[in-house]
This record gives sequence, structure tokens and C-alpha cells, in this order.
Amino acid sequence: MTPPRKKKLNLKKRYELMTRGLDWETSYQKMDDVFPYDTFEGIKITDWSKWEDPFRLTMDAYWKYQGEKERKLYAVLDSFAQNNGQLGISDARYVNAIKLFLTGVTPLEYQAHRHFAHLGRHIRGVGPRVAAQMQSLDELRHAQTQIHTISHYNKYFDGFAEFPHMHDRVWYLSVPKSFFDDACSAGPFEFFTAISFAFEYVLTNLLFVPFMSGAAYNGDLATVTFGFSAQSDEARHMTLGIEVIKFMLEQHPDNLPIVQQWVDKWFWRGHKMLGLVAMMMDYMLPKRIMSWKEAWEIYFTEAGGALFEDLSRYGLRVPKYADIATDEAEHISHQNWSIFYQYTQAAGFHTWLPSDEEMAWLSEKYPNTFDKYYRPRFEMWREMEARGERFYNNALPQLCQTCQIPMGYTEPGDPTRIGFRSTEYAGERYHFCSDGCKDIFENEPEKFSQAWLPVHQIFQGNCGGAELSDVLEWYHMKNGTDNMDYTGSPDQKQWDAWQSVRKRVAG
Amino acid sequence: MAGIVSITLQNNDEARPVIESILHDNPSANANYMPGAVKIDCPERLVVKAESVSARIGRDWDPQEIHLTIVSMGGSLDEDDEELVLSWGA
Amino acid sequence: MSIDIKTVNVEPKRQTFAHVARRLGSDKPASRYEEGVFDVQATKHFHYRPLWGPEHWHFDEGRTAIGMEDWYLFKDPRQLYYGTYTIARANMHQTTDHNFAFEEKRDMLANIDPAWREMIVGYLIPLRHYEWGANMNACSISDAGYGTAITSAAIFTAGDRLGIAQILSRIGIVLGGGDGELLDEAKQQWMEADAWQGVRKAVEDSLVLKDWFEALLAQFLVMDGMIYPLVYNHFDTEGQRHGAAALSMLCEFMVDWSAEHNRWVDAVVKVAAKESDENQALLSDWYGTWRDTMTEALAPLASMVMADAAEAALRDVHQQLDDRAAKLGLSI
Ligand SMILES: [Fe+2]
Ligand SMILES: [Fe+2]
Ligand SMILES: [Zn+2]
Repeated sequence: MTPPRKKKLNLKKRYELMTRGLDWETSYQKMDDVFPYDTFEGIKITDWSKWEDPFRLTMDAYWKYQGEKERKLYAVLDSFAQNNGQLGISDARYVNAIKLFLTGVTPLEYQAHRHFAHLGRHIRGVGPRVAAQMQSLDELRHAQTQIHTISHYNKYFDGFAEFPHMHDRVWYLSVPKSFFDDACSAGPFEFFTAISFAFEYVLTNLLFVPFMSGAAYNGDLATVTFGFSAQSDEARHMTLGIEVIKFMLEQHPDNLPIVQQWVDKWFWRGHKMLGLVAMMMDYMLPKRIMSWKEAWEIYFTEAGGALFEDLSRYGLRVPKYADIATDEAEHISHQNWSIFYQYTQAAGFHTWLPSDEEMAWLSEKYPNTFDKYYRPRFEMWREMEARGERFYNNALPQLCQTCQIPMGYTEPGDPTRIGFRSTEYAGERYHFCSDGCKDIFENEPEKFSQAWLPVHQIFQGNCGGAELSDVLEWYHMKNGTDNMDYTGSPDQKQWDAWQSVRKRVAG
Repeated sequence: MAGIVSITLQNNDEARPVIESILHDNPSANANYMPGAVKIDCPERLVVKAESVSARIGRDWDPQEIHLTIVSMGGSLDEDDEELVLSWGA
Repeated sequence: MSIDIKTVNVEPKRQTFAHVARRLGSDKPASRYEEGVFDVQATKHFHYRPLWGPEHWHFDEGRTAIGMEDWYLFKDPRQLYYGTYTIARANMHQTTDHNFAFEEKRDMLANIDPAWREMIVGYLIPLRHYEWGANMNACSISDAGYGTAITSAAIFTAGDRLGIAQILSRIGIVLGGGDGELLDEAKQQWMEADAWQGVRKAVEDSLVLKDWFEALLAQFLVMDGMIYPLVYNHFDTEGQRHGAAALSMLCEFMVDWSAEHNRWVDAVVKVAAKESDENQALLSDWYGTWRDTMTEALAPLASMVMADAAEAALRDVHQQLDDRAAKLGLSI
């Protein structure tokens, strides 16, 4: 036997050897030509070697842990399909939240895969580059596991079948799409700030933790499994986000104002987009675990509070308009659900009015706002339905040039007045839902004036025609099947048939 | 608010020994259960010790196995062969 | 309350997504590869021109001169999606781990002739940088490529190349008795030794290519198509004569991986060449240029390792690659 002479490397040292030394200073080509994109934003990095790797996963460990997660996930999906798991959910209305998820969120996971590959190639530091590559893989995972999970729902319910086609066209899906297009068309440091920090660190908990827990509560074993399994990658993503922010702020004082402006922008962009999730939580889950407002308190006010307190040592402050966003947490889900109720004829999922029991829950969770502003509206619509005069809004809404949501939000401090802002750029007038959205435009008017606004496009005749039926056809949205109220939908008929058998069997 | 750090884990068989270790090793930690997951909050600092988890499962637990069950976190993370630490101001 | 499934009509309304059914020709059950790949990338109505390159949308067919009617013809013969990918690699790497454990326990690398050990530091360990270059090209292709079929396979390849760079690093660590000294030595060779400068220059030149398909062809078909057989076949055989049998075991991952990788690369190049005469001409042109560059670049490395036998080895590698390229429809 040879005497033990080997030196055992600890995790940090081993990771450093296996990863850090891989790159080299190119000499046959200029470094700036090999890495053409990581300087134009004005972020100054003086020493990439100062980067601290928070997680030290080598590729073999990555394959091992991820492979194990995948084995478990697909075992659950297989058994969900074999056992007709869709019969065990709380109510078929629930499935509509999943429709919004597949059409709105899944394509963003794919975009994230692509753009983290961009960062994984183009950031000069090896540490963040490797982290970005693993994230590119993870995000592809999220897109594919979501598709594979929801594939089973697609077999039994409407509204899923054309998800990529719809994502590129449908009016409300341009909200998430333009959000991500905005990030991908930005420079690499802005993308990190937008997606890794503002979105993943500060805001995605709101989407994945309470919403997925809600899926579990509504009997959707498949969705909660992919949700939490995807979220287990998120610890790495969040860590990347916070490390990048600290790294930029530590590297050079000139970076602070740039980063602050991005944090302000992306916090507001994220807040507006997550309004869709607010509505999913408060209105679309038949069994609710937590209101949007409660989730906002836990994940933004509390967790974000600790975070920004920590970052204040670098001079970074809480995002601009955070107070307004917190006020809006009292309103946003109700206002969004109202928008979709009015435009149900052009929505790729079903809508409904909250039941008495659901309204009681909303009153309890929103004591300051629900009974005062929203209950009367829903009750009026309910009476109209009873009279056979279900309310449809047939006027095309004006969209905010920045967030692209129909202008249905009220003024800060005055929930009876719709907020409305506008500005002029290059001889044209642009409209916004809020000061936050207007500020974003005014900082980058040449970018935001390019937006592909679905309503403008319909008016310009680029969406199949002028009639609703033309536009629906262009969306690949089946009239009377994919859209309109849950009551009377084929989804409902099928669910009721399943339920009636269930009752007979139960005796 | 003295910087609360937090870790959210799936609430399943695999994560249970990790959850137990955390609650044991961090006396001021507080567990909030929700369907499918548990969010553990702790003032200032939270540690996950490989030794504690290993003792509960009867084999060596590698701190990187946390990747199998973690759902979310708040705080800055540091990882080595013995433990994972979440804290602010690191 | 249990539900008696037999009494409930749970006939599916459809078998797969509509866009998948259109590609399959009818609504029929689709594989997980097909559902997880087909049409997942957005194609229309992008909102803003990239600040980092306004001449294209961020997903844009125009990022290569290769033209395709349908970018989903680039189906991966391995049918890899993320789940099958990670599980396959985890299994492959388990074998690698066993091999390392086996050899480390018996200190088998100690049996290698000291002079050949030096040679390994000179020819094998610097390849970790070559792999890192390949990783960068794979990321570029995943970033700039068009359609999920290409971008997903490319990011898997990026992971593979990082994994291989790390296996090579690990060999260097074991060979050096447990620390990183040999890695530094090998890096110096990569940066300065004459034997490597042609390869390093080719790699750096590939990193500034503007056309992602050219990068794919240069990296995956030509550079890999010459370096892998030269190193893991010819150099390895040479090593057997110097007591380096143990090294072959540690390189098994690369040998298996490359056989698998080639199936994908061949499928992609073949489909692109078949699509149009323009594609075929362009690919043939790129192929010729890169093959000549690499033949020249590899000569000093081959003669360092194989002395008099170098020329024959290189000729063999060159010929094999030409035969392979011809089968894919390229003009040599
Ligand atoms: Fe994701
Ligand atoms: Fe993520
Ligand atoms: Zn807006």
C-alpha cells in the first residue's frame, strides 16, 4: 500500500481549481471582441476575480442532483396521468389558472433559457458565467417540465393547445412577453438586475411559493410537484441575483446610480406583471390559502424589507414607488379580474363571478377595499347576469405603452378614479397607467416607443381583421370553447359529468 | 426588523430530517407550515449543519443535497463541506 | 371519497398540443421530446430591438447565413430533453466516479513512465481550455441559434463541455498528487507552448465568428472531429506503450460522449446541407477552411506526442473526417 500522501481539497478550493482557471486572456483576438457586450451599459468592473461563488456545484454534481429531481418529478407525472389525477382537483375552474400559467409563464422560462445562455457566453467573469450557464439549463428544464406536466391537462381541457401561438399574439399575453423581451433586449448587467435580482430574488416567491402551495391545496399534485421542483433551482438563481447586485455595487461607486435606476424600473415592471398572479391567487384558486395582499406582506414588505436594509450599506435604496405598489396590493387582483370578466370574449381561459362564499373571503382578506369598491361592482354584474344581460365590454381598451395592461388601474389614494398619464416623444403622444410606467418610458423612449401593442395592431388591421371573430381566429382561440364564462363551457359540462358519476358512486 | 433570514423547504420525507435539524440547531427559528412546504424564519442567521442531518439519517449528508428540497430563501448564503449559512451583511 | 374510474368517461379530448399535432400530421400521442421542443421558441411580434445589437431581434433567423424552411427539422436523434439529458449524464458520470475511485485507491497513475507523465501534462491537461472554448461556442449557439431543437441541444453540449473540462481538471489534480500545480503548468503550455498555439488561435478565431452555424460547424464537426480521434485514440494508443493504460479509463467519458455527440452533429449538418444548394456550398466552404486550419494547427501537437508517427496519425484523422463530411453531403 502506498502511504497516504494525498491532499484532500475542500469544497471551495476544489471548485476554484475545477472552474476558475479554465478561462484565459485571449491574445490572437482582442478580449473586447470576444466579449463585445459587457461594457456598453457603463457598469465598471475592475476585478472579476473578486467574484464569490455562492454555490459551488461542479457539473457532475449538477447532473447528479438534477437527474435525481427529474426522476422523482417524472414518476409523479406518470402516476398522475395513469390515475387520472385531473379528477382529483378541487374544481375545474382551477384549471384556468394553469391555462394562464402555460400561455403566460412557460414561454418566459424558455426566453430565460436563451438569455442566460447569452450571459453564460458573454460575461467576462468565469464565476457568474458558469452560474448563468447552469441557469440556462435550469430554465429550459422549467419550460419543459411545465409543458410535460400540463400536457396531461391539455388532453382533457380547452385553452392549452395553442400556447406558443397565443403567446406571440394574444392581447394580455403581450404583458409577460414584453416584460421578458425588455429584459432580453437590454445589456447583460441590466438583465441580471431585472431577472436574477428584481424578479427572481425580490418577486418570484410571490408566484411560486404561495401559488404552488395553492396548487397542492387544490389537489393538483402534478403542478405542485413541478412547481416546487423548479423552485428548488431558484435558490441558486436568487443567490446569483443578489451576488451580482453586490458585486456591481462593490466594484465601483459609479455603478450605484445605474443599478438603482434598473432596480426601480424592474421592480415596477415586475409588480405590474405579477398583478396577473394576484388575480390567479385571489380569484382563480377555488380553495385559497393566502390572499395576494398577505403574500405581498410576507414576501415583499417583510423579506424585501430585510433585503433592502442589508443593501442600504451600499447606498441602494428601496425601489421607487414601492409604497404605491404596496397600496395597490389592496386593489390589483380585483381590478385585474374585473378586466378579464369584461373581456371574457377575448380571453383564452374562462371567467366567473365570485360566489357569496368567495366574496365573504375577499371581504375578510381585504377589509379596506373589497366591500367598498369591488363587491358592489360584482353584485351589479351578477344581477345583470340574472337578467340575462351579462356585461361585455365591446370597446377595445387603451393599453399602457410600458406594461401593456389595459388602463384600468386607479389613482394612488383614490380608488374611484382611473389613473392616466401621457407624454410626448418624437411628435407622438404615448399613454401610461401610472407614474411608474411613465418614468420607465421617459428614461428609454426610443425603446418603449417600439412596443408591439396588441390593440394598436388590431386597429391597424394586423391581427386577422376588424371583427372579434377575425381576431379570435387569428389567435387560434375557439369561440365558445376556449373563451367566455366557465358556466356553460365544455370544460364545465365535462367536469359536471365526472362529478355526477362521482356522486352516484359515493352513494 | 432585525434582518430576518429564511429558508423554505418542501415538506416531505426527504426534507423532514433537514427541517428537524434546522429547528434543533437554531433555537430562535420559527417554522410556518403551508400545503407542501414549510418556511423557516430566523433572526440574523440560520445554519444547516451537515452533522445534525447526518445523525438523523444515518449516513453522510452532503450540504449540496439541500438542492433537492429547497424551495426558496432570504438572506445571503455561504456553503462549505460542513454547513450552509444564511445571514445578512456577509 | 374514491372515484370509480371505470364508470367515468375520461376519454381525452385531444392527444397533444395543436402545434405538435400539425407537425406530426395529425392529433396523435407525441413523445416528451416532441412536446418539450417543438415550437417552444417565440417567433413573432417581438417588442424591442436589442440594445446590444439592433440589427436583429433577439430570436432571429438572420443570425446565420444558413437558411431553413423549418428549423425543427434539426431533430436530435438522441431525443434529449432536460430530464433524459441529466439522467443520462448522471449515469455516465457515475462510471467516471467509480473509475477515479478505483484508480486513486490503487494509485494507478503512479505506474505511468515519468517522461510520459510530463507528456500528459503537455497534451491532455491543456485540453481543459480547449473544452472551455467549446463550451463558449456551445453557449453562443444556444444564445444565437434559431428554434428550440438547436438551442436545447446546444446548451446540453455546453454543460457537457464544462463537465469534460472538469474531468480533465480532475485528472490533472490526481496526477499532481492532489493539488492544482499541474493545472497551472498545463495552462502555461496552452498559453505559450508552440505545440498549442495553432489550436489556441483557431479556438480564439472561432469565438469571434458572427455566424452561429459556422461556429457549430467549426467547433463540433471540424475541431472536435479532429481533436477527439487524435487525442483519445492516437495519443491514447501511444500512451499504452508508456504504461498509461490507467489514463484510458479516466478518459472513457470523453470517448463515449463523443460518439453520442457526433450523432447529433451529423444529423444537424446533414439536414442543413440537404436543405438547399446555397447551404451546401456555404457549409462545404466553411468545412474546407476550418479543416485546413486545423490540420496545420494540430501538426506540432501531433509531432510532440507521436514524433515520427505523427504524420500518419494526422493523415488518418484528416481522411476519416473527410469521409464523414462527404457522407453528410459536403463537397470536399
Ligand atoms: Fe424558471
Ligand atoms: Fe429561475
Ligand atoms: Zn403601465
